Amino acid sequence: MATEHALTPSGYIAHHLSFDTAKIGAGNFWTLHVDTFVMSIILGCISMGLIWSVVRKSSSGVPSKGQAFVELLFGFVDDQVKNIFHGDRHSFIAPAALTVFVWVLLMNAMDFLPIDVMAHFVYGPLGLEKWRSVPTSDVNTTFALALTVWFLMIFFAIKSKGLKGWIHELFCSPFGTNPIIWPANFLFNMIEYISKPLSHSLRLFGNMYAGEVIFLLLGLWAATGLTGTIAGAILGAGWSIFHILIVVLQAFIFMMLTVVYLAMAHESH
Amino acid sequence: MDIGFTLVAQAIAFFVLIVFTIKFVWPPLLNAIETRQKEIADGLAAGERGRSELEQASKRSAEALSDAKNRASEIIAQAEKRANQIIEDAKNTAKSEGDRIIGGAKAEIEQEVNRAKEELRQQVSILAVAGAEKILRKEIDAKTHSEILTAIAKEL
Repeated sequence: MATEHALTPSGYIAHHLSFDTAKIGAGNFWTLHVDTFVMSIILGCISMGLIWSVVRKSSSGVPSKGQAFVELLFGFVDDQVKNIFHGDRHSFIAPAALTVFVWVLLMNAMDFLPIDVMAHFVYGPLGLEKWRSVPTSDVNTTFALALTVWFLMIFFAIKSKGLKGWIHELFCSPFGTNPIIWPANFLFNMIEYISKPLSHSLRLFGNMYAGEVIFLLLGLWAATGLTGTIAGAILGAGWSIFHILIVVLQAFIFMMLTVVYLAMAHESH
Repeated sequence: MDIGFTLVAQAIAFFVLIVFTIKFVWPPLLNAIETRQKEIADGLAAGERGRSELEQASKRSAEALSDAKNRASEIIAQAEKRANQIIEDAKNTAKSEGDRIIGGAKAEIEQEVNRAKEELRQQVSILAVAGAEKILRKEIDAKTHSEILTAIAKEL
């Protein structure tokens, strides 16, 4: 725990939950969370880079251990997509799902890094006092992913049904084609379109953010004395182990929702 | 919770990652896996073919084997029959030969006996004639009574 922030609990938590920001323009909008962005880029490069380096040497013969692992991942994602989407999944949805799963999984997994140890021994010496490790506990990341999926969803909806078909669907489903119920249909569809990215992103964000906060609270407890240190260490270990489940589960759910939304966009009602 | 430019940056990063995956990661992997699947399927089909061929071949060989066995036992049965026949023939031949030899011997013995009888008869008749000559002396003419003497000799 960084000494200058150990004095008050609120200071400690506020310190750990604030971002390393950079102004790139006037106004509140033009701030970039450097920590979130850099961590996610690094993790993206590591994940897809590793997979790419394995895939580049892939052979159809006996696979190497690395290739076997990547193929396991591939098979897992491909199976999930196959069950949900029945079109040509290899051109977009399945690779997108693999990207989402691997990337989000790694970003979530940053939660395993012990926050104070990282702050004190890694980020502190680098002069990154406010650095946060977990990109997915930044709502910007989850919204970015969810909105990208959302735009892709609309893009595929228009692509598979045509602009006219899509607009027709906005007004004429799910209740019927009668002009009297067009407003009801439209309202219904709007709620659906708004709730999708919200629930998609906030589910992941909430889980990761809450996980981080609990680690912080346990860290606070650990600072209160010997009893607190022991209890905090035990509970922290327990929470970390439970977090393994949450990290993987949330990455899986995020991928599944991505696939489901994109698959639904291809179906006409 | 402050939504800002980070969102745009992350969205761009995300999109770039997806495009990267679609372009460079997914196709070679898919290709490798599908090629292997095909190879495995081909291999399995070849194995299946080989197995059915082996089955047929073993069936054929079993047929050939039982055929050969049947023929062998047939040949053995024939040979046995033939051997029995030869033995039987040999026995018959030997028996008839023995009979013939015995018959010849018997005939010879009979001939010998007859000859001996004849000789004996003649000697007896001579003896009888000589005895009668001695008894009757002149009364008997050998020439006139030879017919009677011969008849007597024959009756002996």
